This record gives sequence, structure tokens and C-alpha cells, in this order.
Amino acid sequence: MQGFKLAFNYLRIGIMNEFQYRANLYIQILQTFIALATGLIGLNLVFNQVNELGGWGKADLLAVMGVFTITGGIIRSAIQPNMERLMDEIREGTLDYILTKPADAQLLASVREYRLWQNTDVIIGTIVLIVAMSQLGWRMDFWSSLGFISALVMGAIMVYCFWLVITSTAFWFVRVHEIANLFEGLYAAGRWPVDIYPNWLRYGLTFLVPVAFAVTVPASALTGRLSLQTWLGALALTVVLATITRVIWRFGLRNYSGASA
Amino acid sequence: MKRYFDFYTSMMRVSVLEQWQYPIANYFYMIGMLAEPVIYMVVWSAVAEQQGGSVGGYTPGSLAAYYIVWTLVRQMNIAFTPYGWEWRIRQGRLSMSLLRPMHPLHEDVAFFAGWKVVMIILWIPLALVLSLIFKPDLNPTLLDGVVFFVAIWMAYLIRTITLSLLGMVTFWTTRVSALFELYFAAELILSGRLVPLSLMPDWVQRAAWFFPFRWAFGYPIEVLVGNMSVNDLFIGLGMQFIWVFFGAVFVSQIWKIAIRRFSAVGG
Repeated sequence: MQGFKLAFNYLRIGIMNEFQYRANLYIQILQTFIALATGLIGLNLVFNQVNELGGWGKADLLAVMGVFTITGGIIRSAIQPNMERLMDEIREGTLDYILTKPADAQLLASVREYRLWQNTDVIIGTIVLIVAMSQLGWRMDFWSSLGFISALVMGAIMVYCFWLVITSTAFWFVRVHEIANLFEGLYAAGRWPVDIYPNWLRYGLTFLVPVAFAVTVPASALTGRLSLQTWLGALALTVVLATITRVIWRFGLRNYSGASA
Repeated sequence: MKRYFDFYTSMMRVSVLEQWQYPIANYFYMIGMLAEPVIYMVVWSAVAEQQGGSVGGYTPGSLAAYYIVWTLVRQMNIAFTPYGWEWRIRQGRLSMSLLRPMHPLHEDVAFFAGWKVVMIILWIPLALVLSLIFKPDLNPTLLDGVVFFVAIWMAYLIRTITLSLLGMVTFWTTRVSALFELYFAAELILSGRLVPLSLMPDWVQRAAWFFPFRWAFGYPIEVLVGNMSVNDLFIGLGMQFIWVFFGAVFVSQIWKIAIRRFSAVGG
């Protein structure tokens, strides 16, 4: 309970902080539109040649793109900023500041930063999704909506776990900033449903980097492709990943010798 | 002249030594970059197969060749980013470089050129793995190879020049990330990075001729992959030379105006 209060307060501070830089909102909107435009161009190029790709039609792929944009917005507003700050603090030895506070260090490290304006991606992604769903004739019911939302949440948790595990490697390796680049590169694979990739890549995008669960699974729920089996698998994997992440984080902390400046 | 030569060789050596210390970081960086072409390759190979074996003149094999050479050209394309310029100016880092007796841009060019040596060495095993998986269809002639070698270094210079020009905008204003993103989007589409330009609509292909992007990216790849005529090979080199020459002149002129705007902040 206290954890929730803490996270909420940090969120509030983060939002207030962002309101100091309102011009950034316009820049962010422009950037979101540029990203959307390039995505649509890519999609159009493909559909100039074929009518469907790996069983996914144009409207289905638009839905994938909507989810891709939404999840990307969540990652860049809430997950990535915290993890990047954590990386810096581990490297510089200033992690001491949160370790000495009377709250769970993992929680503290995960909620301190929030980039409000990155949520333009969430809004635009939702609009894309609505357009896609109307093209699909709104073939969705209560269960598929519930499946979508739960899959989206589980996907976000898995991506968070992935980031935290990778960030924790900063306890051992010094220069891990390239990982942000690595993740962005791999996340871009989510722009297309993972079914179109060769097997080895599909497994990699499912179990090594949870791109499949973050994007393809929620999109499958919306387009009526999600089976109960996959959903249960996602749930199990979320629990397993969260546990592993916790263990690695604590193990990493023991490795941290701190002693800043 | 000797002064420049010495500067470049020592700077490159320093850069090689520095980057060689972080092979894991460099590999992360490269693997992150590999994802992009692999995605394009898979998507377009799927399209080619659905179309009965080829799309825009590319079979899955030649698409594989295109995107594997892509990865090398992409490494060669890395230069100091406009975001780096922004940081450099905001943090007052430029003051230090200005005190040195050589134009600060030489430092960038030499440092990144040295880094490329490390990148190419690290790239080779990755390229072998990609080739084993995707079986590229690649048969360049000796001339193609020679032109390619020249073209990738020219491409590096062109991209350094255009990125420096863009970076210098930060002398006037520091909020330019949207402008940078617009530039990168244009580059993605007009360079042959997203798809080979022959898959683009006609008017995009024609427009691409007049921008630097194609000469810094798509052209070197096509030299090796695209069965170009000898004539086309040299026209491309000529275009690259024009971009490097006029770009360099332009950069030095803008630099003179820009540097007057710079007021140092700490150091």
C-alpha cells in the first residue's frame, strides 16, 4: 500500500516537472507524427505489392502498429527513463542515495522518473488502433477487450523486467548504455507480427526479448487470434520473469560496492 | 599536410585503442543495429515469396545480399550525431576543441574513422553468421569491389558533412530534436535504408537523386549488389565527389558564421 502511495507521489512530481517544459510537448507531437508517417509509408509499400502478409491483412497490421505505438509510448514515458537513470547511478556510484531510504530499492529505482509528453505516442497509438478496429468492423467482444488490456499490462511488465535485468548487468559491466540502442532495435521488430519471422527469430522475440508479448499478443487479442493457451502462457511467463528479475536485482545489489564520489 | 597526416593517424590510433576496450558494448550496439535490416529482410523476403519469387527485381537471395551489405554500409555511416552537437554546445565542450590549433571537425572525422576499423573487425563474424542464415546471392566483380571500397568512405564523409551541418543548427537554437527526426525520416525513405530504392514509387526514386542520402547509403550497396553498368558506377562516384566537395565548402562557410554565435559555457 505504501508502495502505491510512493509511486503515485513520484508520478505526480514527474508530471509537475514536465509541465515546466511545455514546449517539449509540441516537439514530441511532431516526433510522434514523423514516426507514424514513416510507419505508414512502410506499411503502404508492402501493401502496394501484396494483400496480406503471413495471414495478417492491412487493417490487422494497422492494429499491430497501433499497439506498437502505444506500448512504445508506455516504455519511453515510464520504463526507459528510470532504467537509464539507474544505469548512470550504478556507474557513478550514486545509487547509495536510494539504498539508504526506508523503502524497497527496486520500487524506488523504478518509479522516480516519468516523461509525461511521451504519452502522445499512447494517444496517437490509440487513434491508430481505433481506425484499425473500425476498418475491421469492430469485431470484438467483452472477452477480447479484456484479453487485450490484460495482455497489454502483462507485456508492459515483461518489458520492464527485461529492462531491469539488462540494467542490472551494469553492476558487473561498466558501459551498458548501448543497451538502450539494442532494445530499441529489437523492439522495432514489433512493428510486424512475430508470426512472419523465421522460427529462431520468433523464439528470440518471444522469450529473450518479450516483444511478441508486448505487441503481437495484445494485437492478436483485438483481432480475434488470441487463444486461452497463449494467454495463460503469457501469465506464467510474466510471473516467472518478475521472479527472476527480483533475484537478479538483489544479486546485483550485493555486487554493488557503492561509495560514491 | 604532414601535420594533418600525423593528426589523423594518431587520432585514429587512439580511437581504435579506446573502442577496443569495450567489445561487449560495441557488440550490443551492433546487434541493436542488426535488428533493423533483419526485419526489413524478412518482411520483404516474405513479400517476394508471396509474389512468386521476386519483388522490384529482388529475389530473397539478392534481398539478403542487399541487407547484409546494408549492415556494413550502416557501420560506415555512423558519424557524430546532431544530438552530440547539441550536447557539445550546451555543455560548453566546444570551448576546449576551439583552443586546439586544428579545426575541431577534423577531430570528429578522425575519431569516427578509427572507430570504424574496430567496427569492421567486429562486423565480420556477424556478417558470416547472417550469410549462413540468409544465404545471400552476391557476385561482385573486382571493379565493383574497388568502387565499393572508395564509395563507403565517401559515404562516410557525405554523412559526416550533412550531420555536421544539421548539428550546427544548434548554434542558433538548442531545441531541434524534431528537426533531426524529420531529417532522419527523410533519410530512411530516400536513402534505400528502408527498402531498395527500386521498390519505391517512381517519383521517390527520381527525387532521391537530388538528396545526399542515396549517395551516402543506397548507392554503395547497389555497387556491390545491383549489377550496375560501369557507366553508372562512375556516375555515382562523381555524385559522391560533388557532395563531398561542395558539402565541405559549405560546412566551412557556415562554420565561420556559426562560430560567431557561440558563447562558451564553462569547460
